[in-house]
Amino acid sequence: MRARATLATALAADGRTRVATLHSQAPLTLRLTHPKGPEPWTGHDAGAARVCVAASAAGPIGGDDYDLTVDVGAGSTLVLRDISATLLLPGPHGELSRLRTTVQVGAGATLVWLPEPVIAAHGCRHRSDIRVELGTGARLILSEQLLLGRHGEQPGSVVQHLRVRLAGRPLLNQQLAVGPGAAGWDGSAVIGDRRAIGSLVVVDPGWTEHPPEPALLGDAAVLPLAGPAVLVSALAPDALTLRRCLDTALARLAGTHGHRQPAAR
Amino acid sequence: MAAETLAALLLLADGRLPAGGHAHSGGLEPTVAAGGVHDIASLEEFLRGRATTSGAVAAAFAAAACAALTAGDTGRFAVLDAELDARTPSPALRATSRKLGRQLQRAMRAIRPHPCWAELGSRPHHPVVLGAAAAVSGLSPSAAALAAVHDAVAGPATAAVRLLGLDPFATHAVLARLGPLLDDVAADATRRAAGSPADLPASAAPLLDLAAERHATWEVRLFAS
Amino acid sequence: MLHDQNTHDRDPETDDHEHPHPHPHTDTAGVLPRTPGRGLRIGIGGPVGSGKTALVAALCRALGSEVSLAVVTNDIYTTEDADFLLRNGVLPEQRVRAVETGCCPHTAIRDDISANLEALEELEESLPGVELLLVESGGDNLTATFSRGLVHRQIYVVDVAGGDKVPRKGGPGVTRADLLVINKTDLADRVGADLSVMDRDARAQRGQLPTIFLSLTEDPGAAPVAAWVRSCLSTMD
Ligand SMILES: Nc1nc2c(ncn2[C@@H]2O[C@H](COP(=O)(O)OP(=O)(O)OP(=O)(O)O)[C@@H](O)[C@H]2O)c(=O)[nH]1
Ligand SMILES: [Mg+2]
Repeated sequence: MRARATLATALAADGRTRVATLHSQAPLTLRLTHPKGPEPWTGHDAGAARVCVAASAAGPIGGDDYDLTVDVGAGSTLVLRDISATLLLPGPHGELSRLRTTVQVGAGATLVWLPEPVIAAHGCRHRSDIRVELGTGARLILSEQLLLGRHGEQPGSVVQHLRVRLAGRPLLNQQLAVGPGAAGWDGSAVIGDRRAIGSLVVVDPGWTEHPPEPALLGDAAVLPLAGPAVLVSALAPDALTLRRCLDTALARLAGTHGHRQPAAR
Repeated sequence: MAAETLAALLLLADGRLPAGGHAHSGGLEPTVAAGGVHDIASLEEFLRGRATTSGAVAAAFAAAACAALTAGDTGRFAVLDAELDARTPSPALRATSRKLGRQLQRAMRAIRPHPCWAELGSRPHHPVVLGAAAAVSGLSPSAAALAAVHDAVAGPATAAVRLLGLDPFATHAVLARLGPLLDDVAADATRRAAGSPADLPASAAPLLDLAAERHATWEVRLFAS
Repeated sequence: MLHDQNTHDRDPETDDHEHPHPHPHTDTAGVLPRTPGRGLRIGIGGPVGSGKTALVAALCRALGSEVSLAVVTNDIYTTEDADFLLRNGVLPEQRVRAVETGCCPHTAIRDDISANLEALEELEESLPGVELLLVESGGDNLTATFSRGLVHRQIYVVDVAGGDKVPRKGGPGVTRADLLVINKTDLADRVGADLSVMDRDARAQRGQLPTIFLSLTEDPGAAPVAAWVRSCLSTMD
């Protein structure tokens, strides 16, 4: 099944963020929501736009091809969340399922995207590509959680490719390949016996002068990138441990700025 | 590969090349300490993962740098440098890559004098210097890629012999078994090196990143990385 | 060129120098030349525990007020020797660098000297006008020796506790070092070492090259070794 969804926000004259485009195609649906749960940076700021992404209850399934385009207009603020975890399932003929996500965060805009975990069921073959283009002074929080197999199940193959560019320059480019299709993936150079893997990218123009220090949080590391950004890379035996670890890291990195308003334009 | 360049490739890939590699374990020292490698089998899996992640990235960047210099496009070096930074989230690994790059650059300046050594700046990434070294040695991008991925596994294999006292014959047998994989990685890297630097491989190895950061905090260590 | 715009993964002391000075290692003769305006590099090698670090500390005390000096250590336990020097207040932190040797201390001073050269040049860049650079090798066996591409002079330190046979055994350190120091003479009686045998064997092995008997416990300033270093500093050969 093919599905395309498009979302765009813009900064309105009153300083609030307006959702300019909200185009969904089942099973990839977008819905406006209200604040729920703790929000780094944006607090429960009423001026921000909040949108939820929902795929179908089970899927994508091998053969599915989803496209999601997000455009956070200059100066606007968007908080994106998922309705629920995503379960990757094999297709009837072992086809690849794909999710392409193209994100533009305009100058001085803010995107906070905290999706739910992706679970790689046995036999799945999935590829996710996320490309993020950040304008000057843009801020980003983006996390990913990948769980390999449901309870005790051997996972299928998953490739997750994340590319982030800032003002046209490469900032982060990492492709994680796990599962039977990737040589050495469960050796101690890649992920070993860990079955929950997560990452958190935080880009904050406020770090241009004083980036955070590298830090170790158990099986996670805070990695300052070659730019005003940090990658938190985390490995855990299970989903709960992973989430706690990423929450701790997020509080540490985004908590320091409290409910700061988007950078002045 | 032309017959006359084979000797040049052997020289470049030889662990005895005085370019600092002997003091680096490629993440093996901290991985051994964490229990991740303890015998021949776990070493083999470690090396397999290393070859297909950081080895594949290094191979592609070496091939791309080799092609750039051969084409006289040294302006590419800066692009490759920025792309490699983006593929190396661990600050400890970025520092190690630049340290080894500088040491190889120093060695090559004396071994094969060439204007490119000055053009590479003061802290070039290792794969970029290795690619330039291959080009200056008359080697092709595929030879550069092969040297890079070989280096990515040979260093930690030697470190395993020193740290764990593994049987050196068994360790070399592992390297021999990895041969076809290294060839594949190098061939893929060479293919992709012909495209845009932005599309070069970006394979992540989260445990290597963690290991490098942990190692950098040790007060007492035998290897520099 | 390839200078990235970021600052946080770089060593501010070593960055962006385009090396205005000539690189000594490009000298094709393979022997490090003395260059006016640049420091004298002395390697200090010898077996484990012979007193290399103690000698470095003594030289720092003896010469620290006369010349600008710095130290590179190659101890297998990276920071052990460096810490010793810092802890004892012999040298401030910015004058000491530690080099990891991947379990092979002899490789780092002989076969692949690149990391030591880096460390020396970093010190030279961060301490303009540094006049004396001491490189302490990690303790190793009698066959270890410094590359002529790394240091201008080398001192080989053995101790009497290792047995009075050591000079007779030879090895490149004993036979060819610019100075052989036989340390811990205070222990000679207790370990039954005959200093005259050591003296005779050293002469036989070394010809005209000098040998100094020393006890760092009795002479914490290592006066005769300091005098030898001063004489090296005063010539440009
Ligand atoms: N009795 C006696 N002990 C000495 C003398 N010189 C050094 N020592 C002691 O010998 C021990 C080893 O000295 P170090 O200076 O650490 O020896 P080293 O050669 O640097 O050792 P490594 O770096 O480990 O190879 C220390 O406990 C010193 O205090 C001496 O002249 N007489
Ligand atoms: Mg010592």
